[in-house]
Amino acid sequence: MDDLRRVSTATNPDSEAYGFTPDRPVTTIAIPAPPTRPEKPEGLSVVGKSLPKVDAYVKVTGSLKYADDIVLARTVFGRMVRSPHAHARIERVNVERARALPGVVAVVTGDEIPVLYGHLPSSPDETALAIDKVRYVGEPVVAVIAEDELTAEEALELVEVEYEPLDSVMSIEDGLRDDLNKIHEDSRKRANIHKEVHLEFGPVAEGFAGADRIFEDEYFFDGNTHAPLEQHSVLANCELDGKITIWSSTQNPHYLHRVMASVLGMPASRLRIVACPVGGGFGAKTDVFNHEVVAAYASRKLGRPVKFTLTREEVFYAHRGRHPVLMKLRTGVLRDGTITAVKLDTWLDGGAFSSYGVASTYYTGALLPVTYKIPAFTFNGVRVFTNKPPCGPKRGHGTPQPRFAFECQLDKIADELGLDAAEYRRRIAVEPYSTTANQLRITSCGLDQCIEAVNTRGGYSAKHGKLPYGKGIGIAASAYITGAGMPIYRNAMPHSGAIVKVDRSGGVTVFCGVSDCGQGSTHMLATVVAEALGVDIMDVQVFMADTDLTPVDLGSYSSRVTFMAGNAARYAAESVREKLAAVAGPKLGIPPERCGFARRRVFDRDDPGHGLPLLEVFQLAEAHYGTLAGVGSYTPPEGIKGDFKGAGVGPSPAYTYSACVAEVDVDAETGEVRVERIVLAHDCGRALNPAVVEGQIEGSVYMALGEILMERSEYRGDLHKYPNLLEYKTLMSVDMPVIETIIIETDDIEGPYGAKEVGQGALLPVIPAVANAVADAVGVRINANPLTPWAVLKALEEKRTASKAGHASGAASREGAELP
Amino acid sequence: MQPGKRVLHLKVNGEAVDVLTETRKTLLEVLREDLNLTGTKHGCELGECGTCTVLVDGEPVLSCLMLGAEAEGSEILSVEGMARGSEPHPLQQAFVATGAAQCGYCIPGMLLTAKALLEHNPHPSREDIREALSGNLCRCTGYTKIIDAVEMAARAETP
Ligand code: FES
Ligand code: FES
Repeated sequence: MDDLRRVSTATNPDSEAYGFTPDRPVTTIAIPAPPTRPEKPEGLSVVGKSLPKVDAYVKVTGSLKYADDIVLARTVFGRMVRSPHAHARIERVNVERARALPGVVAVVTGDEIPVLYGHLPSSPDETALAIDKVRYVGEPVVAVIAEDELTAEEALELVEVEYEPLDSVMSIEDGLRDDLNKIHEDSRKRANIHKEVHLEFGPVAEGFAGADRIFEDEYFFDGNTHAPLEQHSVLANCELDGKITIWSSTQNPHYLHRVMASVLGMPASRLRIVACPVGGGFGAKTDVFNHEVVAAYASRKLGRPVKFTLTREEVFYAHRGRHPVLMKLRTGVLRDGTITAVKLDTWLDGGAFSSYGVASTYYTGALLPVTYKIPAFTFNGVRVFTNKPPCGPKRGHGTPQPRFAFECQLDKIADELGLDAAEYRRRIAVEPYSTTANQLRITSCGLDQCIEAVNTRGGYSAKHGKLPYGKGIGIAASAYITGAGMPIYRNAMPHSGAIVKVDRSGGVTVFCGVSDCGQGSTHMLATVVAEALGVDIMDVQVFMADTDLTPVDLGSYSSRVTFMAGNAARYAAESVREKLAAVAGPKLGIPPERCGFARRRVFDRDDPGHGLPLLEVFQLAEAHYGTLAGVGSYTPPEGIKGDFKGAGVGPSPAYTYSACVAEVDVDAETGEVRVERIVLAHDCGRALNPAVVEGQIEGSVYMALGEILMERSEYRGDLHKYPNLLEYKTLMSVDMPVIETIIIETDDIEGPYGAKEVGQGALLPVIPAVANAVADAVGVRINANPLTPWAVLKALEEKRTASKAGHASGAASREGAELP
Repeated sequence: MQPGKRVLHLKVNGEAVDVLTETRKTLLEVLREDLNLTGTKHGCELGECGTCTVLVDGEPVLSCLMLGAEAEGSEILSVEGMARGSEPHPLQQAFVATGAAQCGYCIPGMLLTAKALLEHNPHPSREDIREALSGNLCRCTGYTKIIDAVEMAARAETP
């Protein structure tokens, strides 16, 4: 394409030393030319308005059907026997007594469904039920199906499983050390390593050699979980003709469809997945789960509908939550703070299975260079298996951990170099329309505006370092992907598709395979289509996430929905609009291109008073063309991916930016941290619905505060310490600070009406902003989350001891080393 | 009658119902499974999350912790009964207007807790609202727009 500037990024010749051999020495990332003027479509009638969501009434009246609300006649109910051991060999399974219990209709054991699966096709290592060994406390071993849940529950007690316990591997250190005690015995990797990644970009050695100061710190980000309020649920119904329909609380119907067809050994066309509205996802429901596979299998076996709904305790074992990550971060800077090189080493505690782990590992490094100018970057990531419930993608997938580390260290660098941390961040912010060291293509970028906005509103520069002891203010910024640029399995097909149908009734229907986990996908589709066709938003019916009815969409993950499904739906609607214009133009005596569509009218753009009712145009077009429908699909642009192994993780058609200022009150007596105020600015490209954008930001802030203040997946020996909502602490309504949100619009040239993501990116800067505020309040940097009262007291105590011993600063952090 | 079963006499959402149920069932199960009123949700069934809140004789109750039998003779209000005729309840309208429902799963419980609050205290402060809703978890919204909605409904009810 002529309008593309070509930007070359030379890779470092030394990189072979790290086991990474580029296919070609030079990679070309295509950067689109920045628009000469911001593409700000005028006269929008739906986009940009805070209209109530089209599915709001069904939610507030209790009529929306989540998976567990669906009832079919003759349904039987399943429960699963779960392992009491973290690591053990299964010696013997006897299900006879369970089978004999009146009311039990089936008992399923692992050997019946032996096909290995995994969310990433590269690493299948799960079976529906454990076969030879168990790998975490809570792993499903046997399933019992009965006429009612209580009978199934009783039958669990009658299943006899004999185990030979093995030593458990419960930490990153154990996983790296133990060579004989392999969790996955057929793995050829050293110890319990699942994935190892080594990447290097740009002149790293020169970068460090040329630095005035090098800062080196260790950070630990503890694991936590999504805890969606809706417990996972599935209903599978095999009809007499052998076709199975599965209603599930899944975020990813398409991937579930693929995996299910392969595990059950049947053509995908005989399998229908319906993703019900999800009662909270945050990544919790992106994987294929044991209960889903067993329900489908058992329904086929029984010819009856089979339902599984997890208990809250089981939801903690299903997990796929935030990886605990240990990080070593080394940053070289010039005296003015300019970054010369960064080296990041991460170790991820993956839990017992691969899940999304390969992607998670790459994500702990891939997005680091998207926020600030980092000319040279080296990244080593290692994910280890441990005997805990599998970790996976949680809101921000793999990025909150390194973002926490980086922003905390940046704060320290600013402190030590005597720089204003807000102005410093603005100075080193990446530029719009640029490439990063790791060959990622940045287009629209509102980072500078975000930092400026939170600083102005939050008064960071004015207050930092000047508040009384115990009060503190902190700042941080971040970037996130708007959809993964690569699909999970290699293919050249669209990432999202939509069909838009209009007819003589004046109604419009959108069909799109994307699911809604509460982020507002349904409303987003209605918005985009209503805008394109000029109908009222309530004229649009949305059918989603049904593999029989809707075109494929890859799912609600990686913040891809608005950009990808939104574009697909927009293209579909525009193709219908062309036909409408072709009949309306002659009728109005104007060229079709001059037709405007808004408020249920088609009109002359040059003379808006001259127009026709849209209904009449629908009817004219239907008479002229026959049935009216349009299709649209979205595939990310070519040329957004580098040429090295691992380049598939990180590319995205667009990145969003956010910045946060947090104010805290720290009680030095009790160690309690109270967050008093959060100011958050997010560059979402364009707010299709500002109220929905605000809601996503508020939810992100809430979840981030949980991660920095209290949420943690903790183990006592082999056992999850508190798999319940009482002791797994989350913020309640009384704990929430004032949240001020600022929406920054940068009109992305490829986004639908300029939109990018908002659901995940806004979480990222909040966590380090709070940590930096605590450092401002009481003068200790705590390099691990959560900042519980105990952690704060301990850090204060260490600081006291250190200053008594004559050291300048707290032991919680290692000081930046001065180079000779 | 079969052992372990009994007939409950309830008034649910204004209608008198006699329902044959198992004595072991919680009110949550009676509503969802026997009366097919699935608007009442559950997030733990252990009294930890507030999702299953309904009003029993006007008071908010965690329906997962109450046996159906304990509700014998009571008046139950679930989310399905909140509307005033064909008009949604002002709280429901306010939840729609502010965008308080994201995934929507916690919303029925929030609405009923808020309704009980407004009946006792028609002019609650923001702090009163936070306090009243503190037993109802929401993982999506950060509570902000839910609190806004309750404030808005209180204003709408008392001009
Ligand atoms: S379901 Fe009743 S409190 Fe959670
Ligand atoms: S809206 Fe999802 S839990 Fe409250």
